[in-house]
Amino acid sequence: MTIAPDSILIKNIKERFGPSILDTIIFRDEVTHLIRKDSLLEICGFLKMDSELQFNFLSDIAAVDYFPQRPRFEVVYHLYSIPKKHRLGLKVKVEDGEVVPSVTSLWNSANWAEREAYDMFGIIFEGHPNLKRIYMPEDWGGFPLRKDYPLKGYKDQYNPYGEEKK
Amino acid sequence: MQNNEEIETKEITLSMGPQHPSTHGVLHLLLDMKGEKVIRAYPDIGYLHRGTEKIAENLLYHQFVPYTDRLDYMCGMSNNLAYVHAVEKLLGIEITERAKYIRVIAAELSRIAGHLLCIGAWALDLGAMTVLLYAFREREMVLDLFEMICGARMTHNYLRVGGVRYDMQPAFREKCLEFADLLPRRVNDYEQLLTENRIWLKRNKGVGVISAEDAINLGMSGPILRSTGVKWDIRKDAPYLVYDRFDFDIPVGENGDCFDRYTVRMEEMRQAARIIKQALAQMPDGKPCVDMPDVVLPPRMEIETNMEALIHHFKLVSHGFKAPKGEAYSSIESPKGEIGFYIVSDGSERPFRLKIRAPSFVNLQAVDTMCRGGYLADVVAVISSLDPVFGEADK
Amino acid sequence: MGKGGAGMGIIKSPLEGVVQFTTLDDIVELTGRTAAALAKTTGVDVVVDSVVNWGRRSALWPMTFGLACCAIEMIAAGCSRYDTDRLGIVFRPSPRQSDVIIIAGTMTKKIAPAVKRVYDQMAEPRWVIAQGGCASAGGPYNTYSVVQGTDLVIPVDVYIPGCPPRPEALLYGFLQLQEKIKKEMPSVFARYEVKA
Repeated sequence: MTIAPDSILIKNIKERFGPSILDTIIFRDEVTHLIRKDSLLEICGFLKMDSELQFNFLSDIAAVDYFPQRPRFEVVYHLYSIPKKHRLGLKVKVEDGEVVPSVTSLWNSANWAEREAYDMFGIIFEGHPNLKRIYMPEDWGGFPLRKDYPLKGYKDQYNPYGEEKK
Repeated sequence: MQNNEEIETKEITLSMGPQHPSTHGVLHLLLDMKGEKVIRAYPDIGYLHRGTEKIAENLLYHQFVPYTDRLDYMCGMSNNLAYVHAVEKLLGIEITERAKYIRVIAAELSRIAGHLLCIGAWALDLGAMTVLLYAFREREMVLDLFEMICGARMTHNYLRVGGVRYDMQPAFREKCLEFADLLPRRVNDYEQLLTENRIWLKRNKGVGVISAEDAINLGMSGPILRSTGVKWDIRKDAPYLVYDRFDFDIPVGENGDCFDRYTVRMEEMRQAARIIKQALAQMPDGKPCVDMPDVVLPPRMEIETNMEALIHHFKLVSHGFKAPKGEAYSSIESPKGEIGFYIVSDGSERPFRLKIRAPSFVNLQAVDTMCRGGYLADVVAVISSLDPVFGEADK
Repeated sequence: MGKGGAGMGIIKSPLEGVVQFTTLDDIVELTGRTAAALAKTTGVDVVVDSVVNWGRRSALWPMTFGLACCAIEMIAAGCSRYDTDRLGIVFRPSPRQSDVIIIAGTMTKKIAPAVKRVYDQMAEPRWVIAQGGCASAGGPYNTYSVVQGTDLVIPVDVYIPGCPPRPEALLYGFLQLQEKIKKEMPSVFARYEVKA
């Protein structure tokens, strides 16, 4: 099932939010829109409420680190519609130190997914009810999945193969 | 001296610690309680975080398959399938028909093994130890089948990018058919022990209720979402492999309580046996791997006689294949829910970023909604019915 | 008749010379032959040691510290096919009631303090079995959050390799632990008790 350029996933959103959509990528039957960070909440609200799109299920939020490119991080939202059975991806580029609006008010499943993105990359989500570390212990320093963090971690009593702390 | 003050119940925080005598692994649950009633429940996870995603950035695509086994270790081949499916989507290759049928059988056997362990452990937590011993008797049969097909009981490493590792032998086919005929009768035995049992009903009916809207909002999928009445199964709505050629039903519950999750899982086991019988009947002949020397390793025997096969093997094992630049997200229906892999490739032979959408991670967010207002004993029933596996919740 | 073991003559047991279960007949024989002689020369009380060791190793009650995949093989070892109950092994949920702790699975840095605390709560004599590759040496996970081996946190007696080790491997690990306990000398420790 290949996506035609006039499918509702692209047409409806581009008609309404034209200038906020910076790029549309169609790869292997998947549509992904690269959007502006400040229109994220508006677009997500529209995607959830619109009767033709009805994206009521947030599958996942992934963060990717493109060090040393700037802006450094990219946050990817994967949406699915249970009644209409179609999928969509949204991407937002964010720099180290900037904040991204949180979509927890629209989909509750974003709660832990955003905590994970914060824990692993250090991306701050504005408006999140409880932005704490989720995988690493509370007092851990550094953000493990960034590209400049070593795989084996830093040397301590538990892992003698880690790198020396600078 | 009379003490005429009213007796107050203080609120305490109970730590249902990372080590507790249930089989669900390392879950740390902080319960705010007033007496026996639970007011709030905060799951604290991360005690099994092993850094799988970071390891993936340093390994070739072939080399990462064993790590996917250790995600949901109760049903090994489903996660293999999810990863390999995502890589094949990224590469844009189609596999042979025989490989698709073998993968379906492997996935459904994993589903049966996973549900058997879930029901057994749930019954053990609530005090019915007999069901655990019976469920493991069947699970050992499934593990024998796995051993016959790929040599390992739990961590199989059987599915490859481009197909499966070994072909299916006729002896396996017979045994698998025998098992698929036997299983529905055994499931009836378990139902006889549990479904009309007064204690089981009292501890599970009306416990841990969640509405369909809350479940969709929280991102639930799999048996938990289906128990609330929403009929969503990726095998039917977006069929992958050859699921559109089989005839099977999707069991759906009504109330969204623990008892409905139990009935949904029992029925899914029966439907899985049905799918296996149809797959064995329809299986075509052919090769277990697609014929693409750049991506798929050649069969072992050819390496010793054919020079080209040796060169391809050497190149694939040392350098791997290069994936096209791009991103792909693909998800399948694992026994716990929707498991998805999001792979970002920068054109090299290692994934640039690999994100795992683990169903147990998302399902655990519902513990708070389900446990509020219930008793402490209900928390055990709720967690067992959610069936979290910490290998994938913590990655 | 009389001694347990391979005895019937024609078929040699594969365990011959490898692992022998000590029966009461063995202890009686030991008492007759060597006890008096040894007690005079070395001071080690063979009878007390044999009986105490036999008692301790025949009823090892493990506490399960099931962390990851190896825990499933541990449960399978406890179920009907690879029964551990016939060796006297009964799984206990609490550290205060158990003799041996089985670390089954990957130990991460977040749970290491909890493992130490649970180990401290066990009463002596206590032993530790590290089941699986991850518990022995970190396994395939040499990353920022995994402890590279249980022995960096608590002292280990038996390491069982495998990923995951089959239930038969776990049972063999228990038998090796029993061999280790056979060689202990509790009477020597009793002799050096500090008097107040």
